[in-house]
Amino acid sequence: MSHSRIVTDTWIAAGKSGAAARIKRVVGDIFSWRFALLLFAGAVVVYPLLWVVSLAFSGQQSLQLVALPDDAGFWRQLAALVPLPQQWSLENFRAVLTEQPFMRWLLNSLVVSLSTTLVGLALSCSAAYAFSRFRFPGRDRGLVLFLISQMFPAVLMLIPLYVIVVQWLGLGNSWLGLVLVYAITALPFCVWMLKGYFDTLPYEIEESALLEGASRLTIFYRIILPLARPAIAVTGLFSFMTAWNEFILASIFMDDEALYTVPVGLRFFVSDYASEWGYFAAGAILVSLPVIALFLALQRFLVSGLSAGAVKG
Amino acid sequence: MAGIEFKRVVKQYPGSQPTVPGLDLCVRDGEFMVLVGPSGCGKSTTLRMIAGLESVSGGELWIGDRLVNDVVPGERDVAMVFQNYALYPHMTVFENMAFGLRVRREPEAVIREKIERAAQTLGLADLLGRKPGQLSGGQCQRVALGRAMVRDPQVFLFDEPLSNLDAELRVQMRANIARLHREFATTSVYVTHDQVEAMTLGQRIAILNAGELMQVGTPMELYNDPDNVFVAGFMGSPPMNIIPVRNGGERASNRLLDLPLAGLSGLGGELLLGLRPEKLEYAAAAPDHWPRLRAAIEMVETLGAEMLVHLGVGEERLVARLPGLRPLAAGETIELAFDPQAVYLFDAGSRQRIRLSQPVGHAEPVL
Repeated sequence: MSHSRIVTDTWIAAGKSGAAARIKRVVGDIFSWRFALLLFAGAVVVYPLLWVVSLAFSGQQSLQLVALPDDAGFWRQLAALVPLPQQWSLENFRAVLTEQPFMRWLLNSLVVSLSTTLVGLALSCSAAYAFSRFRFPGRDRGLVLFLISQMFPAVLMLIPLYVIVVQWLGLGNSWLGLVLVYAITALPFCVWMLKGYFDTLPYEIEESALLEGASRLTIFYRIILPLARPAIAVTGLFSFMTAWNEFILASIFMDDEALYTVPVGLRFFVSDYASEWGYFAAGAILVSLPVIALFLALQRFLVSGLSAGAVKG
Repeated sequence: MAGIEFKRVVKQYPGSQPTVPGLDLCVRDGEFMVLVGPSGCGKSTTLRMIAGLESVSGGELWIGDRLVNDVVPGERDVAMVFQNYALYPHMTVFENMAFGLRVRREPEAVIREKIERAAQTLGLADLLGRKPGQLSGGQCQRVALGRAMVRDPQVFLFDEPLSNLDAELRVQMRANIARLHREFATTSVYVTHDQVEAMTLGQRIAILNAGELMQVGTPMELYNDPDNVFVAGFMGSPPMNIIPVRNGGERASNRLLDLPLAGLSGLGGELLLGLRPEKLEYAAAAPDHWPRLRAAIEMVETLGAEMLVHLGVGEERLVARLPGLRPLAAGETIELAFDPQAVYLFDAGSRQRIRLSQPVGHAEPVL
């Protein structure tokens, strides 16, 4: 037997034992307590979601997916806990979208949330740029005040906001009132977030543009905003989601059913007078779709650092 | 093109000592002027005042025949190359170079032509479609140069443009910048803390220390004829040996050497004697009338063709730059000689140069 043959055999043997070791390790991992813990945590998160999905596709309104006879045994009762509907149906979705004013509410939510995002971003981008780049009287105090405003729970603002927006400005029951309130309550967080990002953009880039004759406004639009896209995306997403998911303010400011936002509307499927859990579940799923889509669309900004490599140091 | 003139220019931040207490400096039309000095000497502030990025607190700053104290940066017609390139990261190389021209609303055809010409000169033609993140440091710096060039400004400003590059690239870029200046002869002000860059690039060099102008002159003027100890110590590597000596009227002496000098009687009791390391030679080969000195070797730095020999006698330290012909070891005693004409004298108090009418005479070795 030649020398090289021996070497090859040894090598194959080593390879085989390597693969065996890998399989052993994977199996070991699966039966480890860590894996069990993760599985349990995963189940805790997914189980309620599965219920909502099952309810939505069950075509019925009852919270119970399976009709149990009174004398059901232990195993039948246990099986009823599995979130699987007896039959699959799109009936709930059809009803929510056609028979209920759900589309109307969706439109309200969309208008309010998009406007909030636009107004909020316009205000917070310009404010954050000023806080980041200019030195003016009240700058430091202003930033601290913004921070302090975030230390109180939002409910605390309910009464003053109601007095200002509904009684003084007469903007109750209107999209504008809600947009103003959402945009402005989210402002401190957005400004801090964007200011932090603007601070990381090297000032030499702007100085260079200044020397080339660009005005502050040109610099802001053509250089700062494109460079801050990741931060603007995150801030925009935050604004949108705040407005999209908000319930308390919307339920107080909007009396007219035609002006409800989706969270407020959904509430009325399961109130004192109704328990339409199927509609509720279908509506909830429809409401989460835009947010999921936004997350997917923006996720490339959420992870990218655009200015990487532009400036050494 | 235009010259630049500082007339008693002051820069002072509120509540602190002036960074530049009063600068008088003239950069001639078409000249390549290097501002050099240790960090914190006010050279970058001075440059940024020309750019308009720092306001002028007092005095007058002229670019050509325009008083620019209150002119905004964009209207000064100056271009600047920054240490960290300051390219626009979201734009391609082409767009980076076009930005300033587009702001000035030049026709697109003119922009294209100017950029293509600059790209040709700088070897950037293949990179026009790339973004700064895809370029190396040297390429980024060439783009920054190109961006300044296409605007065809009255004045070029460079703020330590090569300090982020590695040694080899730095030499290349230095040659590039020198060549560009020969071709276009645009008035340029170049800030650096590296005296080699200053010597190789500058037609004239202004040496700054703590905001004060120490001396202005051609590289050889500064090297051969320094006005004070600071300039003497700044130009040349290793720096000039500065040796404190006592003035004995006709002799200047300390524990290391004893020099007979004429015309010292009117001067103070303490003097500083300056001697360049390269002016020290092996005594055996030196002319007989050259003063000699003997000292122990503390350390030898071998550079191949030559070596830097550190000598010590008591408190005194000396460096000699000697041809690397024979091995020297620490602890050995060595006898060196120097041309008495090569000695500089400085006042120990004011640290200003003392220029004697008669040359320094013969000396006898001590020790």
